[in-house]
Amino acid sequence: MATEATGGGLEFHPMDQFIVKPLFGAGDVHWYTPTNVTLWLALTALAAIAVLVLGTRGRAIVPNRAQSMAEMAYGLVHKMIEDISGKDGLRYFPYVMTLFMFVVFANLLGLLPLAFTVTSHIAVTGVLAMAVFLGVTAIGFIKNGSKFLDLFWVRSAPLAVRPILAVIEVISYFVRPLSLSIRLAGNMIAGHAVIKVFAGFAAIAAVAPVAILAVVGMYAFEVLVAFVQAYVFTILTCVYLKDALHPSH
Amino acid sequence: MISLLQEAAHTAVETTEGAIVTDEAATHGADAATHGVDAAGHAAEAAGLPQLDIATFGNQIFWLVVTLVVLYLVLSRVALPRIASVLSDRQGAVTGDLMAAEEFKQKAREAEAAYDKALADARGEAQAIVAQNRAEIQAELDAAIAKADAEISARTAESEVRIREVRATADVDAREVALDVTAELVRNFGGNVDGAVIGTAVDDRMKGAVQ
Repeated sequence: MATEATGGGLEFHPMDQFIVKPLFGAGDVHWYTPTNVTLWLALTALAAIAVLVLGTRGRAIVPNRAQSMAEMAYGLVHKMIEDISGKDGLRYFPYVMTLFMFVVFANLLGLLPLAFTVTSHIAVTGVLAMAVFLGVTAIGFIKNGSKFLDLFWVRSAPLAVRPILAVIEVISYFVRPLSLSIRLAGNMIAGHAVIKVFAGFAAIAAVAPVAILAVVGMYAFEVLVAFVQAYVFTILTCVYLKDALHPSH
Repeated sequence: MISLLQEAAHTAVETTEGAIVTDEAATHGADAATHGVDAAGHAAEAAGLPQLDIATFGNQIFWLVVTLVVLYLVLSRVALPRIASVLSDRQGAVTGDLMAAEEFKQKAREAEAAYDKALADARGEAQAIVAQNRAEIQAELDAAIAKADAEISARTAESEVRIREVRATADVDAREVALDVTAELVRNFGGNVDGAVIGTAVDDRMKGAVQ
């Protein structure tokens, strides 16, 4: 806990939970250094694998709880792609599923006490968003060739308006990775920081009950946010994929 | 940064906002550095948003890519095909069960039809037997009635014959008696008994009486 009462005053360090530090000993963080980021990335992957691989080990016709969870996650993402991107979007199902499982487990594991939330880092969400952006753009050009540019040339609008719309469309297209990454990281940062601040107030006996109740309430809210943000990230990926597969308006 | 937070400590929301506003954090960057040295207990203090510490980006991106590649390979090679096969197996099982249920339903329907048919047959047979019995009884009855009728008519005929005989003999007897009585009467009155005259006289009288 990064908060402590010293000499009657309160010290708040709500951002200390986001510091990247080496796992073993002190020192500089090189690109290869195993850090707390490494640990929690690995735990995220292990949790996802535990549910999807170990949970379905039985291959039961009548599933147990773990298998039901795995099948629900599978069904959720599968249906999302099918509904939004269309049947031909299902080719990219493993990729979207990887993103969803990674984000949802990173968000949820980040809520554990003393955990490090990898999705609260703009470097992590930025890479996820750029992967989606570059992947979708590549798919768009490979599948449709130059017709992919129809996405920016709105044929249903009057000719005079089209250049202006094209500029707007291009800008909105390139803002996508930014909004995708900042939405996820911002939600994670804000929620975790608020919980830490409320926890800091718990050091004052007079307001401690209120502070603890507030922490409990925020925690419940953050569990919801963890799911919703993973869902939003995935659904936007599907929407971008649809644009890439069917660029005409 | 820490002094900024201490100043803003009385309101939680302000604190988080203050932490996110990066340009303010930058002005306090120097402060944060000195505080970092002061606070010996903390190995590293948050100098501004840790998220914006570009020095750690390479590390994060490297490990993230490793994690994503591992996760993608495990999901696409092991987990997702397995779940897909389980789901399709279940779909197949459900479809098979439904078809089997439909088959059983059909069989039940057929059995019901066979039962109904057997019942109708039995009922028809019973009715046929009843009708046959009735016909037999009727035939026996008819035969008995015919026999009785024949007997009755035979007896009637016999009786009529006898009555006719009686009636015929009665005429003859009556004529003889009348002849005898007439002859006797004539004799008693002192007449001459002429058989022929008496015969015609009696016949004339009897014609009117008998007929």
